[in-house]
Amino acid sequence: MKSNRISLTFSSLPQNVTIARMLASTMGAQLDLPVNELEEIKVAVSEAVSNSIIHGYGNSTDKIVTLELEVSEDNLTIQVIDSGCGIKDIKQAMQASFSTDPERMGLGFIFMQSFMDDLQVESSLGSGTKVTMVKRINRQHPSSH
Amino acid sequence: MGDVEDIFNNYVLDRSVSQKMRKRLERHTLHLYVDGELDMKTASQLKNMIDIDIDRKGIRTVILHMDNLHFIDSSGLGVILGRYKKLLPLGGQIRLTNVPPHLYRIMELSGLPKIIEFTQEETAL
Repeated sequence: MKSNRISLTFSSLPQNVTIARMLASTMGAQLDLPVNELEEIKVAVSEAVSNSIIHGYGNSTDKIVTLELEVSEDNLTIQVIDSGCGIKDIKQAMQASFSTDPERMGLGFIFMQSFMDDLQVESSLGSGTKVTMVKRINRQHPSSH
Repeated sequence: MGDVEDIFNNYVLDRSVSQKMRKRLERHTLHLYVDGELDMKTASQLKNMIDIDIDRKGIRTVILHMDNLHFIDSSGLGVILGRYKKLLPLGGQIRLTNVPPHLYRIMELSGLPKIIEFTQEETAL
C-alpha cells in the first residue's frame, strides 16, 4: 500500500461538511473499503466537522476547519482540526446523550467511536480541538502476493 | 384557508427551502419526502419546514418518507427527535417510512426506533 496524504482547509460553512465527508469516503473507496465502512467514515467525518462548526466555532462561518487524510500501511487516519473554543471536559463530551444543545442528541462522539477503529480527542480551551480517527484497512484479498 | 390551498397544490416543490424536499398536506398530516442528505445544513431546513406547519397550520402528524434519503448523521437524528418532543405535548406524532437499511443501522444505534414509529409502505408511483 502506497502512502498517500490529502489536506483540505475550508471555511466553517455547513455546506462544506458534505465536501469533507465525500473526500474522506472517496479516499476510502480507493482503498477498496466495503460500502458499509465508507458509510461509517462519512458519518464519523460529518460528526467531527459539524462539532467543529457548531461547538468549536459557535456556528461562525468565517473560521477555518482542516481535514487531514493519511493512508499508511494498514490505516486510514482522519484528522479534523479547528482553532475554536475547545472542549471543557472531553470525558463528559464523549458520553452518550451529552449535548450542550437540547435540539441535538449528543451522539457525535458515540458515532465516531462506534464507526471508527480508534478515536483520540485533544483539546485545549480557547485554542481548539483536534479529533484523530483511524479506520483499519483489512486487506483480505489474496492477490497481494 | 391554507389547508384548502394545499390540497389543490398537492405537491409543493419548495426549492428555496431545500434542493429536494417535496411536501404534501392532508388535513392535519404533513407528508415530507426527505431526499438526499440530512446533515447540519439540511436538518435545520427540515426543522424550520416542519415547525412552520405545526405552528401555523395545526399539523399534528408528520410522516417523513425516506425512500430516497442517502445519508443521515446526528444533526438529522436530532431534528427528528426534536420534532417528536415538540409534537408529544400537542398530542401529535412523527413517523418515519421506508428508511433504507444502511440508515436504519445508524438510527438503531441512536435508540430512535425505541420511541418513534417506523413503517414500510409501498412506494406510490
